[in-house]
Amino acid sequence: MVELALPKNSRVQKGRHHPAPAGAKSVKTFKVYRYDPEGTENPRWDTYDVDTDACGPMVLDALIHIKNTMDPTLAFRRSCREGVCGSCAMNIGGRNTLACTHGWEEVPGQTCTISPLPHMPVVKDLVPDMTMFYAQYASIEPWLHTKTPEPQGEWLQTPEDREKLDGLYECILCACCTTSCPSYWWNGDKYLGPAALLHAYRWLIDSRDEATGERLDDLEDPFKLYRCHTIMNCAQVCPKGLNPAKAIAEVKKMLVDRVV
Amino acid sequence: MADFRTPFSRAHGLGAAGHGVGHWITERVTSIALIPLVLWGVFAVLRLARSDYDMAVAWLASPVNAVLLALLTVISFMHMNSGMRVVIEDYIHRRVTKAALLLLNLFVCVLFGALALFSILKVALSGGAY
Repeated sequence: MVELALPKNSRVQKGRHHPAPAGAKSVKTFKVYRYDPEGTENPRWDTYDVDTDACGPMVLDALIHIKNTMDPTLAFRRSCREGVCGSCAMNIGGRNTLACTHGWEEVPGQTCTISPLPHMPVVKDLVPDMTMFYAQYASIEPWLHTKTPEPQGEWLQTPEDREKLDGLYECILCACCTTSCPSYWWNGDKYLGPAALLHAYRWLIDSRDEATGERLDDLEDPFKLYRCHTIMNCAQVCPKGLNPAKAIAEVKKMLVDRVV
Repeated sequence: MADFRTPFSRAHGLGAAGHGVGHWITERVTSIALIPLVLWGVFAVLRLARSDYDMAVAWLASPVNAVLLALLTVISFMHMNSGMRVVIEDYIHRRVTKAALLLLNLFVCVLFGALALFSILKVALSGGAY
């Protein structure tokens, strides 16, 4: 929601500084958002001078290094550390991306700023509350809908029809796109957001699915779908190189095909 | 967290409105129509800049000019109305403010569109006589 006067707890204060260990030859500073909504303090920016010789190349390596050796109170999500699980999505140097596949050397300047995915409720530090994001994904019913009795074997699909799912099925639901979208920031309660809509298109274009019409019915809405104004932040930030904006445009084209 | 509705229920909200594609098509069609109309309008204004009152009235009395100018005006106001509507829906969330602004948007566009259209027709049909 757009609000001109932000609530008091959104003012981020200057935090603590953690210097590099003595003898560190090359140092990169990480400016990290820290917040505990259950406490009484406002969020703060803590700075960590990381000895780059002692830590791996990715931003996630730096965060793990910080947690292990400098400040165990730092909270963040991580799992696969190779861009498959989508857990470590965060805002790094002003762009949403995965900490595990983004090198800290790619962030220009001496300081690398890290904050949680924008405009999401914060659980703690870099951990956002993804409840609504997942519920919106569930609302598009991301599974095969059929009425024809199940065949003995598989539901068959031509190689050409299978190719239509390329660029869609790779989505790992990290929410980098959805939380980079201004339309989702202002109307995230009603607008489904790029990730859910990309998945909606993934099932709309699936040649085996038999609920295309019902799926389109559920999307034709000024807010659920048409809040997309092709701002294109989603395609810019997707760490898997997908293009949710194009998928949304294809959904809009399907809706036009229904009436014209 | 005084809300015990499930996330799934909140994500569904009131369900899909079942419209939106019409508005989307209107936006595109008026945009496409405005490309030639605005080019023609700019060209016409540049030509009229060098003419006097009687020449301008005579120019508007031509059916082609009158119809094109009327279309340019009406379609511009339609386009402005649908564009402003999206801006209001994007940024205004308080129910009363939103309703008031949407009404204002509609009324202002219809009022000024109707005034402009009537003025064009008056000059075109009466030859500028008051």
